[in-house]
Amino acid sequence: MTYSARPADHAMDDESVGMSYLNRAPRRLVTVYLPLAVFVFVLLFPFYWMTITALKPNDELTNFRDFNPLWPENPTLQHIRYLLFETSYPGWLLNTMLVSLGSTILSLIASVLGAYAIERIRFSGSRWIGLGIFLAYLVPPSILFIPLAVMIFKFGIYDSKLALIFTYPTFLIPFCTWLLMGYFRSIPYELEECALVDGASRWQILTKIMLPLSVPGLISAGIFAFTLSWNEFIYALTFIQSSENKTVPVGVLTELVRGDVYEWGALMAGALLGSLPVVLLYSFFVDYYVSSMTGAVKE
Amino acid sequence: MTEAALSPSDVPAARTRASITQSKGFLGLMFMLPAAIFLLVFLTYPLGLGVWLGFTDTRIGRDGVFVGLENYQSLWDDSIFWLSVFNTLLYTVVASLLKFALGLWLALLLNEHLPFKAFIRAIVLLPWVVPTVLSAIAFWWIYDTQFSIISWALMNMGVIDSPINFLGSPNNARATVIFTNVWRGIPFVAITLLAGLQTISPSLHEAATLDGATSWQRFRFITLPMLSPLIAVVMTFSVLFTFTDFQLIYVLTRGGPLNATHLMATLSFQRAIPGGQLGEGAAIAVAMVPFLLSAILFSYFGLQRRRWQQGGSDA
Repeated sequence: MTYSARPADHAMDDESVGMSYLNRAPRRLVTVYLPLAVFVFVLLFPFYWMTITALKPNDELTNFRDFNPLWPENPTLQHIRYLLFETSYPGWLLNTMLVSLGSTILSLIASVLGAYAIERIRFSGSRWIGLGIFLAYLVPPSILFIPLAVMIFKFGIYDSKLALIFTYPTFLIPFCTWLLMGYFRSIPYELEECALVDGASRWQILTKIMLPLSVPGLISAGIFAFTLSWNEFIYALTFIQSSENKTVPVGVLTELVRGDVYEWGALMAGALLGSLPVVLLYSFFVDYYVSSMTGAVKE
Repeated sequence: MTEAALSPSDVPAARTRASITQSKGFLGLMFMLPAAIFLLVFLTYPLGLGVWLGFTDTRIGRDGVFVGLENYQSLWDDSIFWLSVFNTLLYTVVASLLKFALGLWLALLLNEHLPFKAFIRAIVLLPWVVPTVLSAIAFWWIYDTQFSIISWALMNMGVIDSPINFLGSPNNARATVIFTNVWRGIPFVAITLLAGLQTISPSLHEAATLDGATSWQRFRFITLPMLSPLIAVVMTFSVLFTFTDFQLIYVLTRGGPLNATHLMATLSFQRAIPGGQLGEGAAIAVAMVPFLLSAILFSYFGLQRRRWQQGGSDA
C-alpha cells in the first residue's frame, strides 16, 4: 500500500522532465509556487499563531501597539507551567491517552477478526456484512449521541472512561475493518492455501501468516484509530461530567474558559500540548497515515 | 476471481476447501462475533433507540411515554428548527463546493514537480490531523473582536478602519465558520485526490499534448474524467461530515449570534443535553437521516461507476 506511491512518483518525475518546456521558471512562479505558498501559509498560520500566543506573557498578548504581535518579545513558559501544575490538564492528557489506547486496541482486535472473516472465510452473507460495515462507517456520531447517552446512563457507566472506551469503537471498528479488508485482499490467497494443506487451523493462519504480513496495514489502522479517538469530541462532551475524567479537547474548552475572562495564553498552550502527541505520531508515520486515509476512500 | 484461478484440477486443494466449507458459517460467526456485538449493541441498537426516542417525550432523568408525532409537529412549527435546516444546507453546500474547488487546486499543485515535495505534502495535512476542537480554539482567538490578528494586519495595510466583528453579526459569523470548516477540510480532499492524480498515466497527457491540447483541455478531458469516480466518493464523505458537523460550531459560536450558525447537530445537542429534552433532540437527529441517506446513495452509485470504468471486475 505504502509502496504503491513510488512508481507513480517516479512517473511524475518523468512527465515533468518530458513536458517541462511548457513551464518555464517565471510562469511556474505564478502558476505553481505563488498559489502553493498562499495555501501553505493559510493552512499553517493558525498553528504558528497558537504557538507564539502560548509563549507570550499576558501583557504582550493584547498590546499590539508596543509589541510586534507576530513575534513573542519576551517568550515565557508561564502558561505551560500554569497548565501543568495548577489545572487538571495532566490528568486530561492521561485520560485521553488511556481512552484512545483502550478503544484503539479493542477496535483493532475486533476488526482484524471481522475483516479476516469477511475477506477470507467468506461465509454465506459475508458480502452483505461487508456492505453493512461500510454503511456503519457512514453513521455520524451526531445522530447517535442522544440514544447512546441514555444507554450509558442505564448501564451505569456514565461519567467514566469506560463509557468512551466502549462507544469510540462504533466509529473505529467500521473504519479499521474496512481498511484491513482491503489490506487482506492484497495478500495472495496461495499462502493461505499452502498452510491449509499443511493442516494449519484458521486461527494459526491468521496469527502466523496474515498478521505478520499485514503489519503495515495494522500500523495504518492503529494510528488512524488512535488519532480519531484523540480528536473525538461530542461523545466525550456528552458522557463525561466530572473534571477528573475529561479528555483534552473537552477539558480545555469547558474548564479553561471561565466566565468572560479568557486566559488566551493558557488556552493556546492547552491546544498546543493537546495537539503535540498526534502531530508527533503523525510525523513519524506520515506514509501510513496517508495510505490509511486514501485507502479508506478508495475501495 | 481468486476462486476461479485456484479451482481447476487441483484435487487436494479442492478437497481441503470442501471440508472447510462445511464449517465456514460457524467459523465466520466466531470471527465476526466481537465486531458484531460491539456494532449491534453500540450502533444498531442506538439507531433504533434514537428513532424511538424521537416519538417520546423523554427528558433527562425521566423515562418518556409514546407521544406519536408530537415532537415532529412542534418542530414543524419551530422557526429555529427551520433556520437550522437552512443553515445546515447553506453550510454544507458552500463549504463542500469550496473544499472541492480549492482541494482539487491544491492537489494539482502538489502533483507538480516540486522541491521538498514529501515535506510540503506532510505539513499540508496538519489541519486535518490536529484535533478540530483545539485548532478551532486557535481560530477563536484569531477571530477575537478586539485583538484579531487578521483585523490588525488589515488595519495596518489600511484596508479597513475598525476591527472586523467576525463572530458577532449573523452573516459574518456564517462566513467565518464556513471558512474555518473549509480550512480544515481542504487537506483531506487534496491528499485523497492527489492519490488519484498519481494513478493517471502521464502518457495520456503526453499524447494529448502532441495532438495540440492546451493545458485546460488536458485537465478537462483527461484529468477530470479519470478522477471523477474518486471525486464522487471523496465529496460524499466530505458532504456527510460537513452536514453532521458539530465541534467547530460548538467551539466558535455555539449556534449564535441569533441562531444564525445553529446547525441541526448543534441544535439537537442544545435541546437534548443542556435543555434536557432528549425526545426533541432525538427527533432533530432523526430529521437529518433522509439527507444522509441521499448522500450515501450517491456514494453507492459513485462506487458502482468506478467498477464499471475499470473494466467491470466486480470481485
